[in-house]
Amino acid sequence: MSLDEMKSSLSDRAVEPRVEFSRRSFLKSAAAASGGLVIAICLPGCSGPENAAQRAGPAKIVEANAWLRIGTDGAITVLCDRSEMGQGVYTALPTLIAEELGVSPETIRVEFAPPGAAYVNNLLGAQVTGGSTSVRDAWDKLRMAGAEARERMVAVAAEKWSVPASRCSVEDGYVIFTNRRAAFGELVEAAAALPKPANVQPKDRDSWRFIGKPQKRLDTASKVDGSAQFGIDVRLPDMLYAALAQSPELGATVDSFDGEKAKTMPGVRQIVQTSKGVAVVADSWWQAKQARDALVIKWKSGSNARLNNAAIYAGLKSAARGAGKEVRKEGDVDAGLRAAAKRVDAVYELPMLAHATLEPQNCTVEFKDGNCHVYAPTQVQQMAQAVAAQASGLPIEKVFVHTTFLGGGFGRRLDVDFIPPAVEVAKAVGKPVKLLWTREDDFSHDVYRPPARNTCAAALDAQGNLTTFKLQLVAPSITARWAPAVVKDIVDPFAVEGAHNYPYAAANVRVDYVQHEIGIDVGYWRSVSHALNCFTVESFMDEVAHSVGKDPYQFRHDLLSKQPRWQAVLDAAAKKAQWGRPPEGRYQGIALMSGYDTYLAQVAEISMDGDKLRVHRIVCVIDCGQIVNPDIVHAQAEGSIIFGLTAALYDDINITAGKVKEQNFHEYRLMRINETPAVEVYFLESEEKPGGMGEPVVALVAPAVCNAIYAATRKRLRTLPVTKHGIAV
Amino acid sequence: MLKLTVNGKAHDVEVADDTPLLWVLRDTLGMTGTKFGCGMALCGACTVHIDGVAMRTCITPVSSVVGKSITTIEGLSADRSHPVQRAWMELDVPQCGYCQSGQIMSAAALLATTPSPTDADIDTAMSGNLCRCGTYVRIRKAIHRAAELTGKEG
Repeated sequence: MSLDEMKSSLSDRAVEPRVEFSRRSFLKSAAAASGGLVIAICLPGCSGPENAAQRAGPAKIVEANAWLRIGTDGAITVLCDRSEMGQGVYTALPTLIAEELGVSPETIRVEFAPPGAAYVNNLLGAQVTGGSTSVRDAWDKLRMAGAEARERMVAVAAEKWSVPASRCSVEDGYVIFTNRRAAFGELVEAAAALPKPANVQPKDRDSWRFIGKPQKRLDTASKVDGSAQFGIDVRLPDMLYAALAQSPELGATVDSFDGEKAKTMPGVRQIVQTSKGVAVVADSWWQAKQARDALVIKWKSGSNARLNNAAIYAGLKSAARGAGKEVRKEGDVDAGLRAAAKRVDAVYELPMLAHATLEPQNCTVEFKDGNCHVYAPTQVQQMAQAVAAQASGLPIEKVFVHTTFLGGGFGRRLDVDFIPPAVEVAKAVGKPVKLLWTREDDFSHDVYRPPARNTCAAALDAQGNLTTFKLQLVAPSITARWAPAVVKDIVDPFAVEGAHNYPYAAANVRVDYVQHEIGIDVGYWRSVSHALNCFTVESFMDEVAHSVGKDPYQFRHDLLSKQPRWQAVLDAAAKKAQWGRPPEGRYQGIALMSGYDTYLAQVAEISMDGDKLRVHRIVCVIDCGQIVNPDIVHAQAEGSIIFGLTAALYDDINITAGKVKEQNFHEYRLMRINETPAVEVYFLESEEKPGGMGEPVVALVAPAVCNAIYAATRKRLRTLPVTKHGIAV
Repeated sequence: MLKLTVNGKAHDVEVADDTPLLWVLRDTLGMTGTKFGCGMALCGACTVHIDGVAMRTCITPVSSVVGKSITTIEGLSADRSHPVQRAWMELDVPQCGYCQSGQIMSAAALLATTPSPTDADIDTAMSGNLCRCGTYVRIRKAIHRAAELTGKEG
C-alpha cells in the first residue's frame, strides 16, 4: 500500500480516545487550507480577544493563511507545522513560501505551529513529522500558500496604480511596477479582504531565487550560542521539577510504594503516583531525581516477566512457519524454485534498537486559567494534545501544545508516552512542572525498533540468470499499536517498505509478511523497516551474485534495465567509488534502495586487519528529485551514514526478564568522531518532485558494509551488529 | 551558600555541596545552554570550561568549582563572535543542535591550547562528545576553519 492509500485509512480511522484525526476534520482542514485568506486580523502577541493596550501597538499582523502572517510593518512570520529535529524543516518549509513572496528566507521569522487541522500532513492524514514527508507534503501546498498571498498583494498594488497585475513583480518585500514600489505591509490588509484569486500558479523553476540554491539554516545561530529552546529548556514562573520512577520490567505496574524516606529529602514537595509510575516533585530536578532513587516501589509483574531476547527470536522463528499476508506476487515462485539450476537460501535477523535521542524524553505542563499548556519536543502535535486532554480531563480545545526544538527525534517522539505523566503530575501539584527522564529511563523505556526474521530464496537458471526471488518477512507491526485502525484490514505498509518494491528483474517474485507481536512496544526508528528489509534484500542479492561468480555491482546493474532511476544511482555510485579498483588491501561492498520517493546507492570501502574492521570510506549517490536546500540534504546524508554505521557496527537491545540491559552510552555505543570514516555524498540533478531525505540513507549502510566484509573475508553476516561476530572495531 | 563565578559574574547559590554543577547552571541559575545527556560523563553535552579546561558538569560537584572561573556556552562570546561559533555558522554544523553547546566548548578548549590542531588532535579532544545526528564530518572541518579564523586574527 502506498502512502497515498494509507492517508485515507489514517484519516478514516476509528477515533481512539487519544487521537481525533477524522476524515471530517481532515476535509475541513483541506477546505480551510484552500479556502483562502482567513481574514482574521490579529495584534502582536494576541491570540484571544483584542484589548486596548494591544490595539495601541504599532503594527497589525494579518494572517494571510495558516502558515503565513504579514505585519503592516512588513514583518513576515511563517508558522512551521513540522517539528525541527535536525532535518531542516525550520529552514526548508519557510523557503518554499519565501520563494513565492520573493523575499530572502533569512528575513523571515519562524514559529512552530500549534496543533491544527490546517496542518495535517496530507501524506499521513494527521499532523505528523515523520516518514520523511515534510518537504514532499509541503512542496505544492506551501508554494501555493505563498503564491496566493503574493497574487493578492499584487492585485491590490495593480489596482492602486491602475496597471495590469500581470506586469507587476515582487521582490524583497515589495510589489514593483516599473519605478513604482509598494511595501507588503501597506498592501496586506486590503489583500486580505479580496476574494480568493483565480488561477494562482507557483513560480517557474527558471525564476527561482532560493529553491535549489545554497541557503543558510535559520536555526544555526540559536544552536551555537545556547539559546535554542529544546523541551528540556522550558522554564515557567514557579515551575517545579519531577523525576519519574518507571518499572524496570517493561509493562509492570505499581503494586505499592513507600515514599517515607523520599518525602524527607531536601527540596521534595510531593510524591505523585501516575499512570506510568511514581513521580517525585521537587524544587530542582537533581533533588527530584535523588529522592526518586530513594523510593521503595513494589512492582506488579506483568506478562513480560520472563521475556528475553532468545524467546523473542524463537517466537519470530516459529511465526515464520505460519501463513503470512501476500505483499507482492508475480509469476510462480514455487515452480521457479523447483526448476532452479542453482538455488540460494538465507535467513537474516535484525536486532532491536533504541532511538537514543540525545535529549532525553521530557515534558513541561502548566494549568492556567482553566487551560492546560503542554510544552514538549513532539513529532505529533495532535496526538500530544489528545493524550493531554485525556490525562487532564479537559476538552481538547482547552489544551495548548507548544512545540519546542527537538534534541533528536528519529521517530522516538512519534510516541507520546512521556506526556500524560507530566500532565498528571502538574494537575496534582497545581503548579507548572517539568518532568524529565534520565538517560537510563530513556534507554529502558523506549519503543524499540522491531526485531525481524527475514527468509529469502532465489533460483537461477543454468546460465546464472535470476528467475525467482522469494522473501518472507516476520516482524511485529508498529502501526498495529500506533494507529491500529489503519492496519485493521491491511498489511502495515511500514513493515514491508524496502521489500515490496524489490527492483531486480525476475520472472517470479513473491513477498509475504507475517505479523508477529513480541509483547513489548516497538516504534518507528529512522528509516523504519527499510533498515530491516534493505539489509535483507541487498545482502541477499550479494549472496546470489557471488553464488554464480558474478560481480555484485554488474549483477545488479544487469537486472535493472527497466528501472532507470535505480540503475542511474547504482552506476553513479560505482563510478564515484572506483568500484572494482579499491586501494591495496581494501574491499568494497555495494547496496541499493528506493524509499520515500528517493533513490540511492552506497559503496562501503573497508579493510580487515585480522579480526579488526576499519571502515575507511562510504560513498553515497542520491537522486531525491528536486532539492529545496542542497546543503541541508547533504548534511542529512552525512549524518545518516554515521547513524546507520552506528547501528551496523555496535548496537542491539537485550532484554532479560522483561528488563532492558542497555542503560547508558557505555552499553549502547554511539559512533565517535575518531571512528568516523570519510564520507562522500553526491546528488544527481533531477526535476522530479522532491523525495524524502531525513531517513533513507540510514538504511543502506549496514548492507554496504556487510557486503564489503564478505568481499574481504568470505564471511557472510546475516545478523547485526557486526561486532557480535567476533569482529572488532 | 556557595560562591560561583560564571561567565565573569559572581553568583551566590544555595544548593547541596554535592549537586552536580550542571543542575546548578540549568535549574538554579537558569542557564540552559549547557545540556543534560547522560549523567555519567559519557556524552559531553554538559561540557563547560573550568579555568579554561573542558569539564563535564554532570559529574562535577558544585563545591569543587567554588573560586574557579566557569565559562558556559552563554559566556563563550556575547555575540557569537568566537571563532568556533563563527566557523560553526559558516559551515552550518548543527542539525538537531542538542549536543552542539558541548561540542563547541570542547573545540574552543582545544583551540585555546592547540591553535592549529591536527586531525589526531581533534580526535583526542573531541572523541568524548557524542552527536546522535552524526555531524562529525562538519565538526572536524569547522575546527580547522576556526583555527584559520583564529590565525588570521592572531
